[in-house]
Amino acid sequence: MSHFFLRALDRQASLAILALLVLAAVVPALNLLTPPGSALHLSTFTVSLFGKYLTYALLAVALNLVWGYCGILSLGHGAFFALGGYAMGMYLMRQIGSRGVYGNPLLPDFMVFLNWKTLPWFWHGFDHFWFAAIMVLLVPGLLAFVFGWFAFRSRVTGVYLSIITQALTYALLLSFFRNDMGFGGNNGLTDFKDILGFDIQSDATRSVLFAASAVALALGVLVTSAIIRSKYGKILIAVRDAESRTRFLGYRPERVKLFAFVVSACMAGVAGALYVPQVGIINPGEFAPANSIEIVIWTAVGGRATLIGPIVGALLVNAGKSFFTGWLPELWLFVLGGLFVAVTLFLPRGIIGTLAHGWSGLRQRRASSSAETGTDAEPRLPPDMPAGSKYEPAAAE
Amino acid sequence: MSERANNNLLYLNDVNVSFDGFKALRGLSLVIAEGEMRAIIGPNGAGKTTMMDVITGKTKPDTGDVYFGGDIDLTRRDEADIASLGIGRKFQKPTVFESHTVWDNLQLALSGKRSVFAALFHNTDAREQARIDEILETTRLGHLRNRLAGGLSHGQKQWLEIGMLLAQDPKLLLVDEPVAGMTDEETVQTATLLRRIAETRSVVVVEHDMTFVRDLGVKVTVLHEGSVLAEGSLDHVSADQKVIDVYLGR
Repeated sequence: MSHFFLRALDRQASLAILALLVLAAVVPALNLLTPPGSALHLSTFTVSLFGKYLTYALLAVALNLVWGYCGILSLGHGAFFALGGYAMGMYLMRQIGSRGVYGNPLLPDFMVFLNWKTLPWFWHGFDHFWFAAIMVLLVPGLLAFVFGWFAFRSRVTGVYLSIITQALTYALLLSFFRNDMGFGGNNGLTDFKDILGFDIQSDATRSVLFAASAVALALGVLVTSAIIRSKYGKILIAVRDAESRTRFLGYRPERVKLFAFVVSACMAGVAGALYVPQVGIINPGEFAPANSIEIVIWTAVGGRATLIGPIVGALLVNAGKSFFTGWLPELWLFVLGGLFVAVTLFLPRGIIGTLAHGWSGLRQRRASSSAETGTDAEPRLPPDMPAGSKYEPAAAE
Repeated sequence: MSERANNNLLYLNDVNVSFDGFKALRGLSLVIAEGEMRAIIGPNGAGKTTMMDVITGKTKPDTGDVYFGGDIDLTRRDEADIASLGIGRKFQKPTVFESHTVWDNLQLALSGKRSVFAALFHNTDAREQARIDEILETTRLGHLRNRLAGGLSHGQKQWLEIGMLLAQDPKLLLVDEPVAGMTDEETVQTATLLRRIAETRSVVVVEHDMTFVRDLGVKVTVLHEGSVLAEGSLDHVSADQKVIDVYLGR
């Protein structure tokens, strides 16, 4: 067990984790310990905004585990994020107590409004934080387990799997919109008052939530790195590259995939649970298929199958989104679409992958065009080889 | 029934497989003894690859018996199960894990527990290290151990795949066209390698290259249209009029 995590701490993972832990300490300090007029002061709004970005980054790290390292293109990861968010939202709703508009000590406002007399069975237990915390992991994990069990066992792969994950999140979107599901329907869950007894709006709580998001992201990096550097991680990549070959070695790709899928869903659930108290609302819109596609774009932009690429991608794209939606809101979707096309064409490895492997996208394009014109000289590296490794013809022995 | 228990490693009896009306195997029967090496030849479409698919669980036969080690019914097992029982397979087109190093490819193939949690907490020990070094030695890939498999030449990939089969430590090895695309020198080396492997286990080789089959010097089975046409030494089958008709008559 100790080996499992020690192995995870290579240079890149250690640096990323260290940076996140420093961030978890410094950002709250800049918010709480500096006077509002000071040049070093970070507003609570900024702290919460970046806290939200960090939860997105954790979501991208979760997707990267299945897409980057195992080739499962999930277009429904937003569902696991939203379910984690709903579990946290239910806890926060129960904390409101009699401070709601209708003053009912037991029932949340929307239930009183719908004329419900008793708390539905699945709302019991959510008045305890520990129970909600377990559900944050359990509900997305269980859904991923059941879904993955059937999908992977039936050998559904590639674009078909992507389509049914998209259908999964869409089905959840439609059901959570319904009032009689008991999750607040269209409006979702909002108007939260406090978390673990602390005012959810206060600067200190916001800072702690930011720090918790940074620590959770650091843990996500640690877990991913530990998984990837284990023998299981090698099997995961082998399944991605040649699934049927692993079967003839005696491995069961469906189980290999299922484990990664469940771990990834739990990570996404934690991200959702940290997201909700920082934005103050969770509604069915989080299940929207477009959200899940955005996660794929963050991961692709940053670089899939790299440890920190998804984090970089999530931060950059969301900072861009905040900037554009404030400046030219009608342009944002065009920018996002253009970004995806540009990354696919010119940076197939994403930002981090390109930094690590050199400007492979442009080099390959130049190589293929010079091959067409016949001006190419020596044999070139196959696209999957890192720069620095040498191509040698078969060694004569 | 008595025949299959009688010291036979692999026993196929009256196996039929059809795909959308096309009969790929019709009444194929084949017996491989413990420690035997067998070459299988036959024109395209004779059912050689389908036979391998049936043995490794990729294709389920419509009718017929497939038994391994006397009493294990292979038609009821899936690919992973059959691989764990000790049947290794080398494909026609070399399939290695291209984004892993040669060493990692061998480690993944190494026999041992196949469960997710065993792999998650696995630590490479000295015994495993020694075993991989030994295979690298046998397959002459030692100097390439840290090279990505995707960057190997065609012949080196074929050897890596044979090395992976050795690492699996199977009782029965199915090898599909091991020398396709190899130079003459590599072909000779591969024949030597396979003969060495066959000293400790049963090997079934499917091959088109007659020189190579002659180099192996083992019993030959000729398949034609999904069943056995002739069996015996290479000289014996190549003198057989039916075999000559099938190979030269068209």
